[in-house]
Amino acid sequence: MLSRREVLFLSGAAAASGLAGRIVPGWAAPLRYDLKANKLTDGIWMVAGRQEAITRENGGAIANIAILDSEAGSIIIDTGPSRLFGEALARLAGELTGKPVARVYNTHFHPDHVFGNQAFQRDKIAAPKGVIDGLAANGSGFSDAMYFIAGDWMRGTDVITPGHVLEAQVEDFGDRRLRPLAMRGHTSSDLVLFDESSGFLFAGDLVFLDRAPTTPHADIERWRIALANLGGIPHRRLIPGHGPAEDNTRGLDQTRRWLETIPPLIRDAFEKGLDISEATALPLPEWTSSIALARYEFERTVNHLYPRLEAETWPRVDGVAQ
Amino acid sequence: MTRFVAVLMSLVIAGNGAFADVPADPLKSPMWADMVKRLLGGGPVVLDGRVKVTVPSIVENQAQVAVTADARALDGVEELVLFADLNPLQHILTLRPRKAAAYVSVRIKVEQATPVRAAARGADGVWHVGSVYLDAAGGGCSAPAMARREEDWSDFVGHSQGRIWREADGFARARLRIRHPMDTGLAKDNTPAYFIEKLDVKSSAGDPLATLELFEPVSEDPTLTLLLRIPPADGAVDVEGRDNNGETYRSTIPTPWRQSAIGAVAPQC
Repeated sequence: MLSRREVLFLSGAAAASGLAGRIVPGWAAPLRYDLKANKLTDGIWMVAGRQEAITRENGGAIANIAILDSEAGSIIIDTGPSRLFGEALARLAGELTGKPVARVYNTHFHPDHVFGNQAFQRDKIAAPKGVIDGLAANGSGFSDAMYFIAGDWMRGTDVITPGHVLEAQVEDFGDRRLRPLAMRGHTSSDLVLFDESSGFLFAGDLVFLDRAPTTPHADIERWRIALANLGGIPHRRLIPGHGPAEDNTRGLDQTRRWLETIPPLIRDAFEKGLDISEATALPLPEWTSSIALARYEFERTVNHLYPRLEAETWPRVDGVAQ
Repeated sequence: MTRFVAVLMSLVIAGNGAFADVPADPLKSPMWADMVKRLLGGGPVVLDGRVKVTVPSIVENQAQVAVTADARALDGVEELVLFADLNPLQHILTLRPRKAAAYVSVRIKVEQATPVRAAARGADGVWHVGSVYLDAAGGGCSAPAMARREEDWSDFVGHSQGRIWREADGFARARLRIRHPMDTGLAKDNTPAYFIEKLDVKSSAGDPLATLELFEPVSEDPTLTLLLRIPPADGAVDVEGRDNNGETYRSTIPTPWRQSAIGAVAPQC
């Protein structure tokens, strides 16, 4: 039995690691996403993402995906991490609704939400301009990382930007009307969708529940404002980007609590002069112990925030006025 | 073929003979013996858990990986060498603490998963080596500097920012960031190597506190943490730098008054 380290060396080291790259026996097993549609109400299903980081075991299937039925056809909110996932999702939507795809939405430009776009007609995929621009700018880098981390699951996956710039106030599908709400904070452009007929709010990654929020492109202040705005929209049920869909405010509250607690903790460490290595070793508040990936995302967030804080807050010391 | 094998065998034997006293590497790096020879003058070397290297458990940006080398548990460290065996360029930096702790935090570029090691040498000439395995994807050394994407990048070279904190244990914690592309010379765009290679840290009276030799794997806009011993009333620390093009850089980091010098315990902020 090889140790993990030996496997790393044998495979040329680089090919077997990554954001959360863990090598397990069976990583060459046949690749098949076993998508399960969880019915939330008549005509609305959720394919729940795993509350994990992207790994070679889960193939990147970590984000929640929604499928909605309508007179005009099926509506899909986010497309998952790969071509293979997108194709399985398209089949599933066909089985559930018995109708062709009327509309696909991309809530933001992160790869776990939009790398399944390839399985759909490009002009049916809609997103705000900011999402499209973000994907165009970051897609190639994401693609390298995804192939590296998830490996064969990504086979044949290309970055496809949405073909329809979402500008309408209302998207009318006959018996279902969706209101697109352009927000920001988790990224520079976050699409929230409110379904008038069910009262369901599809919050994308502005809301995480029982899984720590991710911050590589976050603007924390904007994000907090977006959460306050979301809280002001009366809704029957909130579908977060990651975590269970519930008919309470737990997702909003928990995400807000994380954003109000964790960045200030990091800022405090920074103000005390701690370097990144020291800040990442700090203890986390007890309440985060029940949140998946709390330590992992905390460490990532330290690495996201520190360089900005250093660049933006330290005084110039090379004898030149700022 | 026979001749080739014979040559190979003689190389192996010569190699074994030359490094018979080098302890086996617990990380089993194929570069270990070579590193000892090239960076540590062939030894003597002991593995020593008191020399601590801290690396992140997750590497998201291979061009900016935070690493801390800490040999404070050893007395009389004259030289602290930081290196990464499996990087295309292995030597990261050498710290010579004069009036400073054997401690440095820095950010580095990595091209693939690699051992990261700190070797501390005292007056007896023995290298005490601490190692850790850094699990990472690659591309940090062969990716062009971020600055190269900005047309006006050269306007910012040498801009420096920093702060000093007085610590309760008498050390002054200095954190410094110097804008510089730190080009490795390995980037796909053929930019030649261009990096800060020397930093002299001095008290305001000109006393040497520490010197640092930096090499290509140090990340763009080098960001360092050092622990310096400076007199309580000293108002500033001077840093003089030089890059491999001969350009010099100078910073003066103001130092807060040490409250313990006037009878109070310095707070941790």
